[in-house]
Amino acid sequence: MMKSIYLYSLLSMGGLGALLAAGLGFASKAFHVEKDPRIDDVEEALPGANCGACGYAGCSSFAEAVVAGDADIDGCPVGGEEVAKKIAEILDVESSSSEKQVARVLCRGGNKETKKQSKYEGIESCKAADLINASEKSCQYGCLGYGDCADVCPFDAIEMNENGLPEIDPEKCTGCGECVEACPKNIITLYPISKKNHIQCSSPESGSVVTKICEVGCIGCGMCAKVCPVDAITMEGDLAVIDYDKCINCGLCAEKCPTNTIEFEGKKVKNIEITENCVGCTLCAKACPVDAIEGEPKEQHEIDPEICVKCGICYDTCNVEGAIKVEYE
Amino acid sequence: MHMNEFTQILLLFFSTVLVNNFILVQFLGICPFLGVSKQVGTAFSMGMATTFVMTLTAAATWLINTFILEALNLPFLQYVSFIIVIASLVQFVEMFIKKTSPVLYKALGIYLPLITTNCAILGLALQIPLNNYGFIASVVFGFGAGVGFTLAIVLMAGLRENLEFGDVPSALKGVPITLIIAGLMAMAFMGFSGMISV
Repeated sequence: MMKSIYLYSLLSMGGLGALLAAGLGFASKAFHVEKDPRIDDVEEALPGANCGACGYAGCSSFAEAVVAGDADIDGCPVGGEEVAKKIAEILDVESSSSEKQVARVLCRGGNKETKKQSKYEGIESCKAADLINASEKSCQYGCLGYGDCADVCPFDAIEMNENGLPEIDPEKCTGCGECVEACPKNIITLYPISKKNHIQCSSPESGSVVTKICEVGCIGCGMCAKVCPVDAITMEGDLAVIDYDKCINCGLCAEKCPTNTIEFEGKKVKNIEITENCVGCTLCAKACPVDAIEGEPKEQHEIDPEICVKCGICYDTCNVEGAIKVEYE
Repeated sequence: MHMNEFTQILLLFFSTVLVNNFILVQFLGICPFLGVSKQVGTAFSMGMATTFVMTLTAAATWLINTFILEALNLPFLQYVSFIIVIASLVQFVEMFIKKTSPVLYKALGIYLPLITTNCAILGLALQIPLNNYGFIASVVFGFGAGVGFTLAIVLMAGLRENLEFGDVPSALKGVPITLIIAGLMAMAFMGFSGMISV
């Protein structure tokens, strides 16, 4: 009796399953819908994490949107430039320079640099502390330091350092923007990874207030805005704000900043000159953001040291080996 | 006698639609009821798809229950077999709609495959053997359940469309007011109870 129950169960359910499977198999042939084969190709090129950072429900709906033209080919922040290139190849379109974006905290005032005004003993979360307006630091605009951004980061790119500030690993960061959303102080921003100058303060307070409470806050002196050769920095009240689209990575602003608010991550050019290898193609003169290079076509060009800001862009554009000699500090 | 049977079937139909409405009285299938009730058009299509699946499910599960499970004395396989049947039917409906109406397919979106996990359908399948319905009665029961589902979801969609222009207190906007409306509708439908007893 027991045996027959097992047997009947297996047979009946197996038979039922096989029957339905056959029916569905037949239906999938009969109701087959032709779809753009590129959708599958694009989906294969995507990382397949289905993380939703692109704003679509998953990789396959993003693939559909890309092929339909509703989404940008560089819309996948996880795949970045590499995937954008692959998609561009599949769709046969030009890859717009989709530079990788990474997150940065616009505050340098850790526990060492800032004054404290109170002690917060509530829930260890920036959001909770912000809700009751509890900032241990005297600065109301700076990083709270409870690490909401580090907690929310899906790629483990953020770690809180000993100074109570988040440290973002640009290698691991995919620019998904989760931390930007999570920060209740709104002091995390995304920037193109090639940019090297960062004004790391978010306080619009006047200089007299900032100097009292933070060693590294922007005091609104405006030196950086004055020295910037391409007007990439503007003063918004007493806070300097950088326009990454205009910045040429010369590092002059960081050099001038009296409070060390601006960080320059690049290599500072010490000396740069054009040698006799120059073929006079004029590329460098055209690329120079401050028009410091002059010279007739097909003749050796010269850099005017008075005007030159040592950004190194001419060196990067030059196609002739040894035509521009550069020394780094 | 023949007339009597017909009246019985008619009564069963109306009692399923109104008195024992799956959504508003039995509280089954709340997920699509809240998820796809933003526009009357889409809500109606969802109702139709669900009605189709429910009617077929009722027929298929009655056959399976009577000729396989009861015949072989395997009632414990009800859940397993009903789930396979429902899943396959939904797959079939999905393919069918994708082929015949891509617009509807898009409008229904994720809620179409989610009919599989709609508890109203499994509830329907499990209630049929409980109530000892015959084949015709089962199909009418399934169809009536679908019509009741459509009625509830379309009514809800109509209310929510008008709600867009309403002056809802900001704390109640969105889901809260929707749930309050659902509760009021459920109370209204409970007024039908006792009207028909089958």
